[in-house]
Amino acid sequence: MMTDETQTEISVEALKAGDRAEFARLVDLASAPIYRLGLKMLGNPQDAEDVLQNTFLKALQSLGNFEGRSSPLTWLYRIAINEALMLIRRQKPQVEIAEEPQDEESNLPTPVQLTDWCCLPESDFLTTESKRALDAAILKLPEKLRVVFLLRDIEGMSIQETSEALGLTETAVKTRLLRARLNLREQLSSYFTERLIEEREK
Amino acid sequence: MRHQHKQECNELLGSISEYVDGSLHEELCRELEHHLSECEDCRVVVNTMKKTIELYQTDAPKDGLPVDVRQRLYKTLHLDDLLHTTH
Repeated sequence: MMTDETQTEISVEALKAGDRAEFARLVDLASAPIYRLGLKMLGNPQDAEDVLQNTFLKALQSLGNFEGRSSPLTWLYRIAINEALMLIRRQKPQVEIAEEPQDEESNLPTPVQLTDWCCLPESDFLTTESKRALDAAILKLPEKLRVVFLLRDIEGMSIQETSEALGLTETAVKTRLLRARLNLREQLSSYFTERLIEEREK
Repeated sequence: MRHQHKQECNELLGSISEYVDGSLHEELCRELEHHLSECEDCRVVVNTMKKTIELYQTDAPKDGLPVDVRQRLYKTLHLDDLLHTTH
């Protein structure tokens, strides 16, 4: 989560002047959320670590060009997201043949799963298998939707912060968020509706 | 389970994400809530979307960086000498 308090602590001037201790502080401030983002984007610790290391290496290289218009944290997120997307494209270059119209509200997918599974016992949501289903569903999201969902709903960034980190308009962020949530809702509904049927058969 | 959504449902579908966040414009919010009071399917969509987001939020561990990952990162960045001085 980004808070103003932690952001003002990092001095961009010191960073640019080559203050290594200040850079180390930035590393400690930002590395945990960037690593988490990498884990959820790519689904494995090795790739997440690559993204993390490359992000800070790139940051060191391009510190001179950083104008400080956004916070250092937002700037790092931006680098990290590019690194993650690059890695995904390298791993499966066949994707993105056709660009889907994801930024418009027209042609939203009509909800298919219409069972209310919210009434399942809490314990059913906390099983290892359920957690695995949650992670798998995120990885099935198209990358452009996945990254918006991770920043907004998992890291708790605001719509504005997410739009800055991704270089998107707020409208585009909102639409991608809606699409991501609808997609995940379908996936979780399929999964938990089955649990609901099992529960009733007990 | 497959259901033919009515036109009104489709029109309001674009609003439910903001509705769930509590950031929907007041007028649209009233319109949506009126629709929800009459439409069971849309109520389910809203409820399960809320639950979906909630599950992801409670599932997300706000863990710190694993110690070995942090050590390797410091090494890569030639900051090893600062590894023990910072928190």
